[in-house]
Amino acid sequence: MSERKRVMIPIRVEPGSDLPDAERRVVLEAVQNNRALEGSLLPILHAIQDRIGWIPPRLLPLIAHELNLSRAEVHGVVSFYHYFRQHQPGQHVIFLCRAEACQAVGAVQLEAHAKRALGVDFHGTSGDGRYTLEPVYCLGNCATGPSLMIDRELHGRMTPERFDELIGGRGGGAGAGAGA
Amino acid sequence: MSVTVYIPREATALSQGAQAVALAVGAEAARRQQAVQIVRTGSRGLFWLEPLVEVGTGAGRIGYGPVQAADVPGLFAAGFLTGGQHPLSLGPVESIPYLKNQERLTCGRLGVIDPVSLEDYRAHGGYEGLRNALPMEPAAIVKEVTDSGLRGRGGAAFPTGIKWKTVHDAPGPQKYIVCNADEGDSGTFSDRLLMEGDPFCLIEGMTIAGLAVGATRGYIYLRCEYPHAHDTMTQAIATAYAQGYLGADVLGSGRAFELQLRLGAGAYICGEETSLLESLEGRRGQIRFKPPLPALKGLFGCPTVVNNVISFASVPIILQRGAKFYRDYGMGRSRGSLPIQLAGNIARGGLVERAFGVSLRELLYDYGGGTRSGRPIRAVQVGGPLGAYWPESKFDTPLDYEAFAAGGGMLGHGGIVVFDDTVDMAAQARYAMEFCAIESCGKCTPCRIGSTRGVEVIDRLVAGDRAAMQQALLRDLCDTMLNGSLCALGGLTPFPVLSALDYFAEDFSKPAALQAAKR
Repeated sequence: MSERKRVMIPIRVEPGSDLPDAERRVVLEAVQNNRALEGSLLPILHAIQDRIGWIPPRLLPLIAHELNLSRAEVHGVVSFYHYFRQHQPGQHVIFLCRAEACQAVGAVQLEAHAKRALGVDFHGTSGDGRYTLEPVYCLGNCATGPSLMIDRELHGRMTPERFDELIGGRGGGAGAGAGA
Repeated sequence: MSVTVYIPREATALSQGAQAVALAVGAEAARRQQAVQIVRTGSRGLFWLEPLVEVGTGAGRIGYGPVQAADVPGLFAAGFLTGGQHPLSLGPVESIPYLKNQERLTCGRLGVIDPVSLEDYRAHGGYEGLRNALPMEPAAIVKEVTDSGLRGRGGAAFPTGIKWKTVHDAPGPQKYIVCNADEGDSGTFSDRLLMEGDPFCLIEGMTIAGLAVGATRGYIYLRCEYPHAHDTMTQAIATAYAQGYLGADVLGSGRAFELQLRLGAGAYICGEETSLLESLEGRRGQIRFKPPLPALKGLFGCPTVVNNVISFASVPIILQRGAKFYRDYGMGRSRGSLPIQLAGNIARGGLVERAFGVSLRELLYDYGGGTRSGRPIRAVQVGGPLGAYWPESKFDTPLDYEAFAAGGGMLGHGGIVVFDDTVDMAAQARYAMEFCAIESCGKCTPCRIGSTRGVEVIDRLVAGDRAAMQQALLRDLCDTMLNGSLCALGGLTPFPVLSALDYFAEDFSKPAALQAAKR
């Protein structure tokens, strides 16, 4: 056989090898702990978000590789569900209820106030990085609204004044009242 | 002697300060060197009285509420540990008319027991249904549920026994029981209350379902907006496993039932059963075509029972007391009782479990006490965001699946959201379309595109831009969504929109809208 010029086969970088160690470990642990479950992708994504607060897009190749899925499939799932975050949130996430029962007791006005006080629209993070404001469609607190949840803590009968106290009480007004 | 004080650990009570109250009671008792045992319960569902603190006395449980942490020293000073009088005194809790005049078949243990105590559950009739079911033939269990007349409490009201029979008769080495705990409808919270206040009841109902249809695995699909329910259910499932009520050999019967709790991720559409199954399988929550029915090809292609929390939780009492006992409540083809939820702008919001047949008016005024704002009730929305908006003229409709359907409404999951006369119904109609656009799974065009077009048409209509034409267009669009959508999201969004347009037309014309803006 005549000698041919050798063709270099590019070696594919192992998925996830470019990730910071801590993130890589979070993904591998989440996969390890949930792999045996039927339909394990959602539990794995929850486990990751619980640990690092969001699901950075750079993790998707590793998740896909570990589960023998395509990146598109994983991206499709992450982007379908409102709860999975593709952007880094602030220190606290405020879930403000927009649904009918809260509308009936002033949620629309509260929403306008919250956006003004934090200086953000929904999905935005306040300038000081403290608060991310997210809409939520029902927290099940429908007889004592308007409701919001902050860091798993549920609050009812919320008013603009109590909202300011709540975000002020967590250290830092985040520009509360600005532009009011 | 130690006095038992009951303080809820349920989410609404916590949102009103129950945690601080519990800590204050503990601290004050320690300061006064009084022996107090604090039991954290679910909520009875009398939300305007939360945090509702109950004291166990010789004369039954005496209630105080709504209690704030600052009230606690005063309560001790008034001798509340022996049922002493105080401005917040409510007397014996069971005698409060709101609670006394209910028929709590499914929700009887809420707020009474320690939700994560299996002993407490058993002491209040828990697991008697399962004990009766264990020696029965599977077909006999199915027949008992069929005979009870129980219909799916999630909204579609399909007869539960018939669904179970389909799964029972379907061949397959593996079958599943799936509980739809994705209670996304605004104005509903009975699933949450049950899971936070009586989680073993749900576990027992699902276990009985497993025995009835021959399913050895079950899943609870819980929405992630309910972290407190997640904690309670997780604890209860672990306890049930530890005590042999779940696992490879349920109570030594040689029959297996494995139960897992799974979290959703904030998608309203996952309350639709096929979308829920997709999500459980680890995919986007896009709905499936039917047929095949989930009863034949459901989770992972296997025969699957998908029922709502309250449906499963109604099963233990049917097996405990018999089909006839349950069927004797209710009216027409709606048998048994419905946990109704009074929500929105309502003075006495909460949970009212009554046999079918109670009128909307009785619920709104006798139980609910009118609006929280004190203004007249202008509209109610029954059945969640896909339910019709009804004016006062329809308040005499009895709560019955058929009566509501005949009136152009939907009883759904039994949530009633109340609005006073400041509501702008055009804005509510617009929101219904907007919500559909946000939550559409995108699989079918009428829902995906129609909802966005709907928002635009309503905006033009309210702006007075060729109003007659926009109204015709809106009705035509609603007709397309109603008849052309694959599932209830696109198919029922026209109900709130058209009912707002039909009953509150004045809000859609420009002068009224301007007036509303001025208010």
